[in-house]
Amino acid sequence: MWKLDHFEVSILFALLASVILGLVTKRTDRERLRYGLYCFGCFMLALFGIGWFMKLLHG
Amino acid sequence: MMSVTSTGAAAAAPTRFPFLTIAIAWLIPGGGHFLLGRRGRAAIIFCSVLLAFLIGVMMRGPLFQLSGASGDVLSRLIQIGGFIGNLAAGIFYFAAVLLGYGPPDQASHTADYGSKFIVMAGLMNLLAIVDAYEIATHQKE
Repeated sequence: MWKLDHFEVSILFALLASVILGLVTKRTDRERLRYGLYCFGCFMLALFGIGWFMKLLHG
Repeated sequence: MMSVTSTGAAAAAPTRFPFLTIAIAWLIPGGGHFLLGRRGRAAIIFCSVLLAFLIGVMMRGPLFQLSGASGDVLSRLIQIGGFIGNLAAGIFYFAAVLLGYGPPDQASHTADYGSKFIVMAGLMNLLAIVDAYEIATHQKE
């Protein structure tokens, strides 16, 4: 069994989801790349933001 | 005036076998885009869906079963939704079932993540199917 921790799984999820979201939503390659990077950035922001929030919540 | 003419021309253009596109896009992730001449995007979709499915399998994520859809409404909804997500991965799901892949549903966070990745592969393919349909019916390029 391949064991990954929550952080590694979240990065992989963000990467793959961003690729597909960028690919299917926009009309030009440049827009697709920008939207994919934007989605990945949002995933990372949420990942680190929620991570720090939970750490501060639990002390 | 120009936009009206070009819109009219696009609407008058024949659709490119939308149902065949849906069927192929479902069975072979990226197949719909390949059929429509978007080969680069087809390759990226195929690799992304395959990678998500393989990560799920390598983490020994269990597949959702329709026969396991029992209990309360929420449990049934999760089982049926998960099964549809698995099924949407097309040929990868059928290959896994035919090759006898079926790890037990064990209490482990790794297997749980794996199960979600397998469903994610199917959901990513669903997005690609919708995109291929829209291209086939000239709603987008």
